[in-house]
Amino acid sequence: MNSAGNNSVPRAGSALPWALVTPALGWTLLFFVLPFIAMGFSSLTAHEGGGFTLSNYSQFFTNPSYWQAMVNSLEVTAIVTVVSVLLAYPFAWILAEQVPERWQRLALMLAVLPFWTSYVVRSYSWLLVLAQNGVINRALTGSGLITEPLQLANTRLAAATGFVHFFVMLLTLTIFANLKQLSPSYRKAAADLGAGPVRTFLHVILPLTLPGIMVGAFLTFVLCIGDYITPQILGGNNELLMPQLVMMQIGRRGDFPLASALSIILMAVVTVAYLACARWLKIERA
Amino acid sequence: MRRIIRVASWLYALAVYGFIFLPVVVLVLFSLQATSFPIPPFTGPSLRWYDAVLSDVRLTSALVNSLLVASISSATAVTLGFLSAWGFARFVLPGSGLLRGLITLPLTVSYLIIGMGLLVLFNWAGVPKSLLAAGIGHVVINLPLCFAIIYSQMGDHQINIERAARDLGASEWKVLLLITVPVMAPAIFAGFFLSMTFSWDEFVISFLLTRFDTTLPVEIWNLLRSGLNPKTNAVGSLVFAVSIVLVVLFELTLLRRRKT
Repeated sequence: MNSAGNNSVPRAGSALPWALVTPALGWTLLFFVLPFIAMGFSSLTAHEGGGFTLSNYSQFFTNPSYWQAMVNSLEVTAIVTVVSVLLAYPFAWILAEQVPERWQRLALMLAVLPFWTSYVVRSYSWLLVLAQNGVINRALTGSGLITEPLQLANTRLAAATGFVHFFVMLLTLTIFANLKQLSPSYRKAAADLGAGPVRTFLHVILPLTLPGIMVGAFLTFVLCIGDYITPQILGGNNELLMPQLVMMQIGRRGDFPLASALSIILMAVVTVAYLACARWLKIERA
Repeated sequence: MRRIIRVASWLYALAVYGFIFLPVVVLVLFSLQATSFPIPPFTGPSLRWYDAVLSDVRLTSALVNSLLVASISSATAVTLGFLSAWGFARFVLPGSGLLRGLITLPLTVSYLIIGMGLLVLFNWAGVPKSLLAAGIGHVVINLPLCFAIIYSQMGDHQINIERAARDLGASEWKVLLLITVPVMAPAIFAGFFLSMTFSWDEFVISFLLTRFDTTLPVEIWNLLRSGLNPKTNAVGSLVFAVSIVLVVLFELTLLRRRKT
């Protein structure tokens, strides 16, 4: 039925392009956008009775334990992001600058190998290390440094350690890529103008890689604040983070409306962080 | 000065490698433990816990479920991703930028929230919890990834080959199957393997959307209730091994692409 023309690319009016893109768009609308709308509606209904209410949102602001979960989440995420960047940057720099070129690919692949273990298993592995009778406590008591085992598991420190482990690998990847993209002529120019290695780093390399660091830090922030597994396995239930609070509403009480409202609040916080980050990056580039 | 930097670099890199590998080494080492607790002192090596894993029907069926969900959802994601990438790259569509944005949007939302949304929707629509429901969620998270990878690899070079095929009289579907798919094979494989690893590892969506038949990460999660257990170490080490195989396959397809 197509009129045979010379044009080898069919016109936009034909049905074919739409036949190609509709399945993917339909899937996204049906299983991503629609669920989000359903969650929005759910968050505005009462758990008992189902009438319209704003109480799921107001509870968040009036119930101090809900509020506290958000504060905990923001604190842990901030600590994890800063520590991960500080650990990963020098490591990525060493891989990019000190390791001979032909070993770099292997060194990088090794550095991120545990990144690919299952998330649940990785958190469990840290439990083995940090438990009451785990590797660290056994080593410390065995060497006589301490007599009583330290409480390492089920603490904020344990959750943060598990997170930092994951994000150091992620950030090493992104910062390494960033450093490799820098042209060597920057370094040569700085050296020709008389700057030593330290000054070159502080005034040339670091500022040039800062936008990349910000992108990595933002990624860390988003993934960290939305994660349920690490805080649940390593942090325990002494101190709740937002994802744990959300899951608790579903698991214990089947309270979908409240869980929906808390999820939407969490997403709103991430969106604000995204906008702030995007704005900062724009200022930086201008 | 240079010498000091060199030595400090080596020490620092070793310390970070140590930190990165410490939990993995502990996991694998104590999966070979002979006694019932995966804590020092090491009493192995013994394969007893691997035996226990492989004879545990719940774990082996969860493993089969995981492979099934991962391969089917990845195949679906890569098919939808490829078709839409081809559509957007080859034809001028109204609102193209916006629609492409829509397809990649799920990348910016955490898995927990995607899973929550589907749970609320399915609950409301009366769709029961099942592996199918979890698989649908896995397509949601992997479709944008496959789309982005394949779309970024569609260049002018391929357009010319396709144009030649059309001028020689091939129909659109023939061009798609005989020209575009083979030319794009590395990107398609990359999307597929990456989706496989993500689906294979995914926990929260499967946890929310399945009930009795479930995937391996959820079954491992259930094992954690019994505390530290060498059996968990053994199944964890096996999962790690599968992930490594997937990653190596992924690396190889990437390398092959670079050479061609």
